[in-house]
Amino acid sequence: MKGTDRAAVLFLLPSFIFVGVFSLFPIFESFRMSFYQLILTLPWLGQKMVGWQNYVDLAEDPVAIESLLTTLVFVGVTIPLELLFGLGIALVLNEAFHGRGLLRAVVLIPWAIPTVVSSQMWRFIFNDRYGLINFIFFGGDVSRYLAPLADPHLALIAIMAAEIWKTTPFAALILLAGLQGIPDDLYEAASVDGATAWQKFRHVTSPLLKPALLLALLFRTIDSLRVFDLVFVMTQGGPADTTNVLQFYGYKKTFAEGMVGYGSAIAVAVFLMSLVFSLAYLRFLNPSRQEA
Amino acid sequence: MKRSVTFALFFVGIALYCLVPFLWFVLTSLKSSAELTAIPPKLIPSFHWGFYQSALEKYGLLHYIVNSVIVAGLATLITIVIGSLAAYAMTRFQLAWTHVYLLILLAISMFPQIATAGPVWSILDRLNWLNTYQGLVAAYIALSLPLAIWILTTFFREVPREIEEAALIDGCSRFQSLYKVILPLAAPGILTAALLVFIYAWNEFFFALIIMTDPTVQTLPVGIALFPGEYTMPWGEIAAASTVATVPLIVLTLIFQRGIVRGLCAGAVKG
Repeated sequence: MKGTDRAAVLFLLPSFIFVGVFSLFPIFESFRMSFYQLILTLPWLGQKMVGWQNYVDLAEDPVAIESLLTTLVFVGVTIPLELLFGLGIALVLNEAFHGRGLLRAVVLIPWAIPTVVSSQMWRFIFNDRYGLINFIFFGGDVSRYLAPLADPHLALIAIMAAEIWKTTPFAALILLAGLQGIPDDLYEAASVDGATAWQKFRHVTSPLLKPALLLALLFRTIDSLRVFDLVFVMTQGGPADTTNVLQFYGYKKTFAEGMVGYGSAIAVAVFLMSLVFSLAYLRFLNPSRQEA
Repeated sequence: MKRSVTFALFFVGIALYCLVPFLWFVLTSLKSSAELTAIPPKLIPSFHWGFYQSALEKYGLLHYIVNSVIVAGLATLITIVIGSLAAYAMTRFQLAWTHVYLLILLAISMFPQIATAGPVWSILDRLNWLNTYQGLVAAYIALSLPLAIWILTTFFREVPREIEEAALIDGCSRFQSLYKVILPLAAPGILTAALLVFIYAWNEFFFALIIMTDPTVQTLPVGIALFPGEYTMPWGEIAAASTVATVPLIVLTLIFQRGIVRGLCAGAVKG
């Protein structure tokens, strides 16, 4: 090892220790534990190697299958809407107008609010008696008030609405950064050629926005696959498991029921989903690949 | 003038979308008990501070605030020190494996919390660090280092090499050159990274929930999520505690919005 390398390692060592002990080792440990049977409430069974059994159980667990579908619906509905609203906001923020700086600051507010706070806030807005939503829809007619969070058809929709509200600003900011990277002379050239606003969007903005879109898509999908706070606060996975997303199910199995091996298998499944989504996006959206 | 009208409409629409839900919660916290349950709901409250008083006196709000300040403050401080050392090494020594480390950090931040939570809990259990500040702080340092190192390397790279080389020739050690040359020049970047780490640690819920089961050491998000009351929720107090937990963050965000936007984009776009 060269002298500079040794000095560099000294600078890097503290970060290696924390990342190694509290991130890398736990990740490997989770993979390992997913092949073991370990139930904290039944300590006399010990820690037994069971091979793929946890994964077989997972594939045959109807609650896990439903949880997987719920998670996919959650991601499939929230991500496109977040990106769509985010793109709308980004297009507005990209124009020059009075108060643009102010609006950009305001857009950051939902992002800055702690998720637990926004979860309680939306839980109150959807409240069956004092909720704003009920008042907006039914006015003072209390007899028609709904309890969205206790309704198996509405609870997931309510949680998705809360998620979209909170995460749209992040998508908007990433897309705005992408828009600002597009050189103005391209639009000027298009104007000279007589392009309409839609044609400019279609042929200048959208191809050049692809890298930013890919990033927003990647970050938001990975994050939304691990949704937890909203579900914990708003519904605890209910009613009738209709909002029981995978990370919440894994949490319940590991920490409420002490099924460490099975919970680890759920964790690995969530990670593999992130990986599959990421690879798929890179495969289909990566601009450098398409040029090749 | 059609254009300016369109933009005014967009402006108002976006502002309402972002502000109304939270504003409603803030107004709720300022109501009296009778106003809270009124149908139709009262739009403008009587600016009653009763819910704040009760949140402080009956629900121990101050306690949660102190815990959050300690945990998020310590986590931010240590993460930035460790992250700066790492970012310095990665930008100033010609290392072949800098990119590998950055990619590993990125990959780690892709994992769901549940993938590390169980083993982290066991490690802290063995260290007797469950329900302690250092336990949660250690977890937060590891969780926020990837973001901090990504942002800091982006900013450190922008400090011209020549300035530092001059300092080294003048006899500065590597460590002196880091805190006498790089840190002052990269101060805006460090502030940005610190803010993002602080906001992350202040808002984090999952690890706080599993590590802090003793109410005396719980942070604000845990306190707010586990507010007691099964059938009649104390909505006024929850709204008051939520407002207290959120307003400092909103103020920070508004003051430093340029830096935050840049940091978020540095963290994301460089990925």
